Amino acid sequence: MTIPPWLDDFLWTYGNLINALGVNGLLALSMYVVLSVGQLSLGQAAFMGLGAYSSALMTLQLKLPFFVVLPASCLLPVAFALAIGIPTLRLSGVYLAIATIGLGEVLRAVYLNLDMVGGALGLNGIPEKAQTWMIFSLLIVAVAGLWLVARSRIGRAMEAMREDTTAAAVMGINVGRYQLGALVTSAVLAGIAGCLSAHQSSFIGPNEYGFEPAVTILSFALLGGIGTPIAPVIGAWILTLLPEMLRGFSDLRLVFNGLIIVGAVLFLPRGLIGWRMRRRGA
Amino acid sequence: MTLLTTAMLTRRYTGLVAVDAVDLRVPVGGVHAVIGPNGAGKTTLFNLISGLVVPTSGTISFDGRNITRLPPYRRAALGIGRTFQNIRIFSEMSVLENVLTGLHAKLHVGLAGVACRLPAFHAEERHAVGAARAALSLVGLSDRADRQAQSLAYGDQRRLEIARAMAQSPRLLLLDEPAAGMNPAETAALAALVRRIADGGTTVLLVEHDMGFVMSLCDSITVLNFGRKIFEGAPSAVRAEPAVVEAYLGARLAAKLRANHG
Amino acid sequence: MLAQQLVNGVLLGATYALFALGFTLMFGVLRVINLTYGFYFTAGAFLSLLLTARFGLSIALALPLAAIGAGVIAVVIDWALLTRLRRKQAPELASLMVTLGGVLALYSAMTAWLGPDIRRLPPGLISADAIVLWGLRVTAAQFLILGATSVLVAALLVLLRGTRLGLALRAMAERPDAAGLMGINTGRAAALVSFMSGTLAGAGGVLIGLNFNAIQPFMGESMMLRGFVVIIVGGLGDVRGALIAGLALGIIEVLTAGYVSSNLKEAVAFMILVAVLWTRPQGLFGRSVVRRA
Repeated sequence: MTIPPWLDDFLWTYGNLINALGVNGLLALSMYVVLSVGQLSLGQAAFMGLGAYSSALMTLQLKLPFFVVLPASCLLPVAFALAIGIPTLRLSGVYLAIATIGLGEVLRAVYLNLDMVGGALGLNGIPEKAQTWMIFSLLIVAVAGLWLVARSRIGRAMEAMREDTTAAAVMGINVGRYQLGALVTSAVLAGIAGCLSAHQSSFIGPNEYGFEPAVTILSFALLGGIGTPIAPVIGAWILTLLPEMLRGFSDLRLVFNGLIIVGAVLFLPRGLIGWRMRRRGA
Repeated sequence: MTLLTTAMLTRRYTGLVAVDAVDLRVPVGGVHAVIGPNGAGKTTLFNLISGLVVPTSGTISFDGRNITRLPPYRRAALGIGRTFQNIRIFSEMSVLENVLTGLHAKLHVGLAGVACRLPAFHAEERHAVGAARAALSLVGLSDRADRQAQSLAYGDQRRLEIARAMAQSPRLLLLDEPAAGMNPAETAALAALVRRIADGGTTVLLVEHDMGFVMSLCDSITVLNFGRKIFEGAPSAVRAEPAVVEAYLGARLAAKLRANHG
Repeated sequence: MLAQQLVNGVLLGATYALFALGFTLMFGVLRVINLTYGFYFTAGAFLSLLLTARFGLSIALALPLAAIGAGVIAVVIDWALLTRLRRKQAPELASLMVTLGGVLALYSAMTAWLGPDIRRLPPGLISADAIVLWGLRVTAAQFLILGATSVLVAALLVLLRGTRLGLALRAMAERPDAAGLMGINTGRAAALVSFMSGTLAGAGGVLIGLNFNAIQPFMGESMMLRGFVVIIVGGLGDVRGALIAGLALGIIEVLTAGYVSSNLKEAVAFMILVAVLWTRPQGLFGRSVVRRA
């Protein structure tokens, strides 16, 4: 199939940005899943890093084909999610938040010091196996799947847990199982995002998965809102495109993300897109 | 036949025994109340029965089965429904959706069925909506099914909470101070509702301060003071029992009352 | 050799304890996980840089002034971020999120303004000599750390246990609603706790900046992991716990670096955290945190 030259040019110039929109969309969804059951996990960046590094090593060292590497990139993230998620299920939400922030920092220190992953120099020369269509098809499947779940009794249960965990439990909702499920799902989404991102930017480094990206991902979801799965993706797109359009302010991008979170919590708890999922009978 | 029993049920906190070796026996059918002065341990008892608080010692049995170690969601599935003292409805959802969450334990289609929208999923949803609407008509909120829950008046929110608890046809309904904050007209309507629920086959156990409400409605009453059960019996017997009078009024005032009435 | 390691460990641990103290105080009294705390640590370090490099003050003056300055900054920022949430009695996660966003904005703004380079305190602030006691080598900087930490911890304990103000704070920690009804001005108490914890963080920033001779805008962030480990192992909100856990962590880290590998320091800290979460989440002295619903 030949594409017209103007489209070819456009894709060449903006290819990275478009891919970033897809990847950030997946990351925003991984944050959404956790927030929608009333939990706060800041491990998405850490899970992404685990997915990125493990998939890069699988491609570079083990020479595995991509269709094996992509699903396998979820293994480490899920393992870590369980290691932290299971003990914190019965504890107040603050513990999960703290442990996941810590995870990001610890992994960063480990990557910096581990020769196998290139230390401070990171991993280079990762083949570009992830195409734009791949990224966006996965994003669409994820949005559709989450939408179907949200618009059902499971979504109702999630909203109930979000509003009032105790009342939800007394209604017969197994809060622990849903919260753990949400955490594992977020690890899968973030791991896949990491694998895709590693295989389209050809280079990954230890500083890409630490504190700042973790908080940025939170800002995607808080800006967009978590009423429906589409909202956080839109939040991610706005916050990915904005710095591109306001080139001069790149230093202040993180300041802006931080302020968005502050603003969202204090003034706009529903996010920019305050829709609520409408379910049958509503 | 007893529906719910607690045996030597105790909950201790540092420096305080909230519930002290309580033996409760709730028979099947009818309306039963737990009363007592403030701080007597009534809400803690309810929290123990619904599973929100773990007992320090003692056991709880429901329908012959030991539920002491069961988490709250399992007890709901067994047929224990509950409302809260400070109404805990899901304010952002609609009235109907609130009641639908009450049916969660009865719906079984799994994640795959939901995601693929299998016929079983649709059938279950239809059935659930039917049951929810039935619960709403029981409490008289059918016409407000699509309003947002937080827009309801206080009395209606209380009725919504009851509808939500009734949605899965529980065998035991725990009502924690249902008449709190209601005027006489609302209280009378509530009493009628509770009677309807009991007549429908659900055993009701309630905690309440409003004596008129309790006396006119209940088949038996358990009195707690300082975490201990001090009396259990029919309403007429409770009223006359000296220990109960003393618990509410204090020893001196109770003695005076006895002296005045000979 | 082992004894020297232990000494180094105790001194490192003292700074961890100092850092964690303000953090745990904030949670204990106000039920807030205040992540902007790491920024006050950085602010203290930068203020000391300003005072010594620009104004030529000695460390004896710069340390307390920088700490107090950080305390003042803390009062202002905490007031801006947390007052509204406190009035609405928002859940703990809300204040965690708002301080998370706030700290990112603050760190990044500082980096944008001052640049990310590592700065050093002017030389000669403190004697580079070391004292040798019983074959153990302790530098002047380490003595300062030990001294300052002891003074601050002692002052904090005296305040909490021996004054009416401390009593009010402990009442707020136990029952915030009752404390308000007892006539305790919660707004003012919150400001005071912010000031105290900001001062502790600021002092910690100066001492760490001095000890490692490196000051940069994100320095509070790397302390954060240690801070989390210390407050969870010690028990959220407990001062003794923070002290003991801080010292223990310092010792364990130094021993790990010495005998296993210096690359695994952070990993060890995190593994301790996870182990505690699995086995005894309330930490050494925390109140029981297992919830049921």
